[in-house]
Amino acid sequence: MDEAIRAEGLVKQFGATRALDGIDLSVPRGTVLGLLGPNGAGKTTAVRILATLLAPDAGQAWVDGCDVASEAAAVRSRIGLTGQYASVDEKLTGRENLILIARLLGFSRRDARARAGELLVEFGLEDAAHRPVQTYSGGMRRRLDLAASLVGRPRILFLDEPTTGLDPRARLDLWNLIRELVAQGTTVLLTTQYLEEADSLADEIVVIDQGRVIASGTSDQLKARIGGQTLVLAPEHESDVATALSIVTEIVGREPEVDGARLRVPVSDPALVPAVVRRLDESGIVARELTLRGASLDDVFLTLTGRHASVETPAGDAEAAP
Amino acid sequence: MSSLQQTLTLAWRSLLQLRRNPWELMDFSIQPILFLLLFLYVFGGAVAGSTAAYLDFILPGVIVMNLVFVTVYVGHGLNTDLTRGVFDRFRALPIARWSPLAGRILADMVKQAWCVLLLLVVGFLLGFRLGAPVSGVLVMLALLLVFAFAMSWIMVLVGVVARDPEHVQLFGFTALFPVTFLSNVFVPLDTLPPFIRAVVAANPVSLLAEASRGLLSGGPVLEPALWSLVWAGVITLVFAPLSLWALNRRLARS
Ligand SMILES: Nc1ncnc2c1ncn2[C@@H]1O[C@H](COP(=O)(O)OP(=O)(O)O)[C@@H](O)[C@H]1O
Ligand SMILES: [Mg+2]
Repeated sequence: MDEAIRAEGLVKQFGATRALDGIDLSVPRGTVLGLLGPNGAGKTTAVRILATLLAPDAGQAWVDGCDVASEAAAVRSRIGLTGQYASVDEKLTGRENLILIARLLGFSRRDARARAGELLVEFGLEDAAHRPVQTYSGGMRRRLDLAASLVGRPRILFLDEPTTGLDPRARLDLWNLIRELVAQGTTVLLTTQYLEEADSLADEIVVIDQGRVIASGTSDQLKARIGGQTLVLAPEHESDVATALSIVTEIVGREPEVDGARLRVPVSDPALVPAVVRRLDESGIVARELTLRGASLDDVFLTLTGRHASVETPAGDAEAAP
Repeated sequence: MSSLQQTLTLAWRSLLQLRRNPWELMDFSIQPILFLLLFLYVFGGAVAGSTAAYLDFILPGVIVMNLVFVTVYVGHGLNTDLTRGVFDRFRALPIARWSPLAGRILADMVKQAWCVLLLLVVGFLLGFRLGAPVSGVLVMLALLLVFAFAMSWIMVLVGVVARDPEHVQLFGFTALFPVTFLSNVFVPLDTLPPFIRAVVAANPVSLLAEASRGLLSGGPVLEPALWSLVWAGVITLVFAPLSLWALNRRLARS
């Protein structure tokens, strides 16, 4: 059996909200699965079920071959979990937090100290090791949280939005740490709202929305479907929108979405842009805005569901994507 | 690691929090001493004729009052762990399900014992002398801890139900103030108007204070002690299952 994580038909209802509506997942050993979805898609619920913190209403799941419902203790001894919000003891120092976890995992006093020291160095927290966590920055907290999940050297790791709320620098640091773990053979299930994050870390991406899987595949497969990048075009004069629309449709081979005077379309080949520019020029259309940017979760959503990811989320969440 | 060791480790963690946060240690060390001094010197003359005479009366009273207030920390700590996700981290570890809660309650017992001993020492410095065998102190400590254990279950419930740690404190202290003041902690029972005398006499805080006075200075012990134990038993029987049910419900819905 070379599946590290498997889920079949997971359903979870919270009152009137169907957080999960039949989710299937399969993560081969040693790979990274990116669970991509907007706020409220059901990512955290899925992770909590897989990490034995929550019982599903229906469906089954196995982690390393152990049933999360009937063999919860076995599952717990095989996983590491970094929740959406850093769950370390604010009042203890970084070192004490790690020693505590190590002791609970059965390390001797001396081994616990050694393991904590090792992780503090690995995660660049040595200098802050003796300070209470409440003095840490967001990025340091996240790193400590991740370190705390790794004390027992789990072979399977759940990371729930590990970089949400981090500045770009801290995000890159964390990405590198995750890559190192993967290089050592750890299986990772990672949730994120950022396509870019799933793209750069995950072998396979599963897009979920309202508790359902709406697409899955490798990053390349997904991009082939949605276009790796998005062309944004706003003609100077509103009267030119219709002409610009037909030009872009013809060249890109896909009808752009019109948002006021702005056109937006996924493109898989950036080389099409000069052609668009030339045709606009020939038609005497002046562009107020003409840009090519990496696809965001919102673009994925627009293509897959025909609506914006941000419709379902508090304003700004989808826009916050890098 | 056995589940007992896990519990001890988690209790150690709760106590370690204190070392890193001295003001919290002060909170429940300085506060009872202040209470003792204030009551002693403000009410001593009026209630007992002299501060020296009042000390015998008020010291056990303040010990019990403080005991009741300190139980709020169980709810406060539990709620902090629940709302900050630390409880989830423990639940995702291969440890006994009950050890995080047990660790918290055990740590609270240690804090309670510390407070009792601290107040006794301060009492001695102020001139208090035992009027009963020294073994009485140990019996009193045991009795107080049994009651504190029972009270912990009420605070676990508060900690589970409350939205955040601040609400635990607000609700805990608001509920406990009348309970401690409607007692014989500060004034003797027979100075009270008859209509509240029955309530005060049946209040477990009064019973505990009376038993403690007996154990430290001589006087009736058996009856108030037994009634305190009955209270502790009833509270535990009602609130332990209720709290665990509420905790599991909260965890299943989060
Ligand atoms: N404890 C809960 N009680 C009620 N509704 C919840 C609870 N947890 C999650 N939900 C709802 O379930 C849906 C999925 O939530 P969640 O799994 O947290 O999504 P995500 O992590 O993708 O943002 C959301 O609509 C959310 O409001
Ligand atoms: Mg989430």
